[in-house]
Amino acid sequence: MDRSSDILEQRVLPPIKRRIKVLVAKLGLDGHDRGAKVVARALRDAGMEVVYTGIRQTPEQVVNAALQEDVDVVGISILSGAHMALVPRVLELLREKGLDDVAVVVGGIIPGDDIPKLKAMGVKEVFIPGTPLNAIVDFIRRNVAAKRGDQSEG
Amino acid sequence: MNRGCVKLPLFNEEQLKKIEERESKWIDDVLKKSIQRIPERKKIFKTLSGIEVKRVYTPVDLGAEYDYFEKLGLPGEYPFTRGLHPTMYRARVWTMRMFSGYGTPEETNQRLKYLLALGETGLSLAFDYPTLLGLDSDDPLAHGEVGVCGVAVDTLKDMEIIFNEIPMDQVTTNMTINPPAPVLLAMYIVAAEKQGVPMTKIGGTTQNDNLKEFIAQKSFVFPPEPAVKLTLDVIEFSVKNVPKWNPISISGYHIREAGATAVEELALTLADGIEYVRNGIKRMPVDEFAPRLSFFFDAHINFFEEIAKFRAARRMWAKIMKEWFGAKKPRSMWMRFHTQTAGVSLTAQQPENNIIRTAIEALAAVLGGTQSLHTNAYDEAWALPSEKAAKIALRTQQIIAYETGIADTVDPLAGSYFVEWLTDRVEEEAWKIIYRIEEMGGMIEAIKKGYPQRLIAESAYRQQKEIERGERVIVGVNMFIEEEKLEIPILKINQPEVERRQIERLRRVKAERDPVKVKTALSNLKRAAVRNENVMPYIIEAVRVYATLGEIMGVLKEVYGEWIEVPIF
Repeated sequence: MDRSSDILEQRVLPPIKRRIKVLVAKLGLDGHDRGAKVVARALRDAGMEVVYTGIRQTPEQVVNAALQEDVDVVGISILSGAHMALVPRVLELLREKGLDDVAVVVGGIIPGDDIPKLKAMGVKEVFIPGTPLNAIVDFIRRNVAAKRGDQSEG
Repeated sequence: MNRGCVKLPLFNEEQLKKIEERESKWIDDVLKKSIQRIPERKKIFKTLSGIEVKRVYTPVDLGAEYDYFEKLGLPGEYPFTRGLHPTMYRARVWTMRMFSGYGTPEETNQRLKYLLALGETGLSLAFDYPTLLGLDSDDPLAHGEVGVCGVAVDTLKDMEIIFNEIPMDQVTTNMTINPPAPVLLAMYIVAAEKQGVPMTKIGGTTQNDNLKEFIAQKSFVFPPEPAVKLTLDVIEFSVKNVPKWNPISISGYHIREAGATAVEELALTLADGIEYVRNGIKRMPVDEFAPRLSFFFDAHINFFEEIAKFRAARRMWAKIMKEWFGAKKPRSMWMRFHTQTAGVSLTAQQPENNIIRTAIEALAAVLGGTQSLHTNAYDEAWALPSEKAAKIALRTQQIIAYETGIADTVDPLAGSYFVEWLTDRVEEEAWKIIYRIEEMGGMIEAIKKGYPQRLIAESAYRQQKEIERGERVIVGVNMFIEEEKLEIPILKINQPEVERRQIERLRRVKAERDPVKVKTALSNLKRAAVRNENVMPYIIEAVRVYATLGEIMGVLKEVYGEWIEVPIF
């Protein structure tokens, strides 16, 4: 790579670009942590900062972690079927704490009928089994870039 | 009986040399031209465990040392590679045991009767998450989870309802339950008693494998040592009082589903088994309880490797019991196992394809000599099975059993150069992991070091990468993809209503029971736990007076503490 263009570029772009920070949260009582861990690792490998909560998190714990860690995105993994009871609570608590700008995405065993319902509540995207990791990485990058872009322009 | 001493090498040096010579000539004269004309699809072919698979296998791959009696023997004889019974499925086909349960005990009772009417031969109960963790339905943590992943059980009353009009002396029931296994077994015993069936007449299985909860599945409650103590309480109690009960099902299934390879699944399951036996012999002679141990494996999609795994598993366990623990009874050396087809192999995309996947996996389990089988329903990447999907899954087993002729001869793949070679390779790789765990001081120590947890996380990530790179094909996911409307008819549960009704019943039971008797039973239990006695008899007494699951588990948590996992990824 041409070093001079590299330097030039640095002058144009803001000097510090904050890494995207994601909370990967296992909401609910199920212990199926394979997906959450694989996604957490893929996001880390893609250069993001990842905090993984571990299993059996309540909505309150998830939102507290999101607040303390100051994350851009909360990625909820749930395979117990309790998503329609627990995800709305997470969204509600995020709003209460003024974290409306944190993007929430959900992954797991989510019946097709529930996907539009979750999105209507404010979930940005639902990733079903078989979703490629790079689709998740891309979605998060685009989402955060759009939001940060809006902020700097506005 | 012990033909193990008789040597019977299958091939001599001279024969092998002839085959080798012929093969090298074949490579020059035939193979090279063929490859020039049509190159092979890949440079390297591998099993899901990463074992490289050659183009073709001959007796040379087994070698001159390959001894028939040492490696294979006859069905029903040590080392049981060819099966536990002399006639296998010619006498009786495997038990078709479909895991089911959802909603309220009433709904589950209906589903069980439906499955029995379809010709299912054994019951298998799925519990909801609060029950799996020993929480009552009115626990704040249970909100939204009651009746979702299985049936909710809070008190004996629920168990009575689940088995209403199902004669408990005529069915056998598997209960997938781990830390609260002593409580659910106690409820089963007392519910049967109320039907007039004594505990000597009931049959079934409690999963009761607490070690794998730390490794995979993650429905742990207590720390490893007390968890193993409780596992052994159930084993010991069953040995003495419930002669037809399988007190434990040492499970590789969840380990595999969490990401382990076939080799890792096999090794970690056996290492768990070794840890239980090692602790068990401190309480009972090995031949007293070893025949009561049973196992549970996954049947994944890589057909031959799965068959090799099942066959290697029997041979390895027989050897462990005989040589490591000095078991004398052949039954102590038996690895009896249940199999479930691979949930993780099911796709949300083009879900009907899952029927085919499940059929192939079921076939592997049968060719591997399983004792019982659960076939997954095609809609399980979306939700719990609908009635229709569950029926197709059961019919799949019935077709294999009664139409195909596969069940008509014992261990039909024995003697396949490839299958025998692969059985040996899977075994060899599994021993390496077992020895590694032994060096760490056994499975409890390995778990505390995070070794199996890391092994599985690594494998899961590697497999996902292979899928992303297209090295591992999944039809409908990374090849032959279709634009599709992702909706299939699925089972709908009115969860809030289930939760409301369940909590209501719990309150009613609590209001109607004798609080003094409950208090006495719970304090007796606590005293027994503190004194390190077998807690089973005390739990039975507590269950009988309608102490709740949460109350009983609460007492045990006070004494034993709780396990908190350090999350790693």
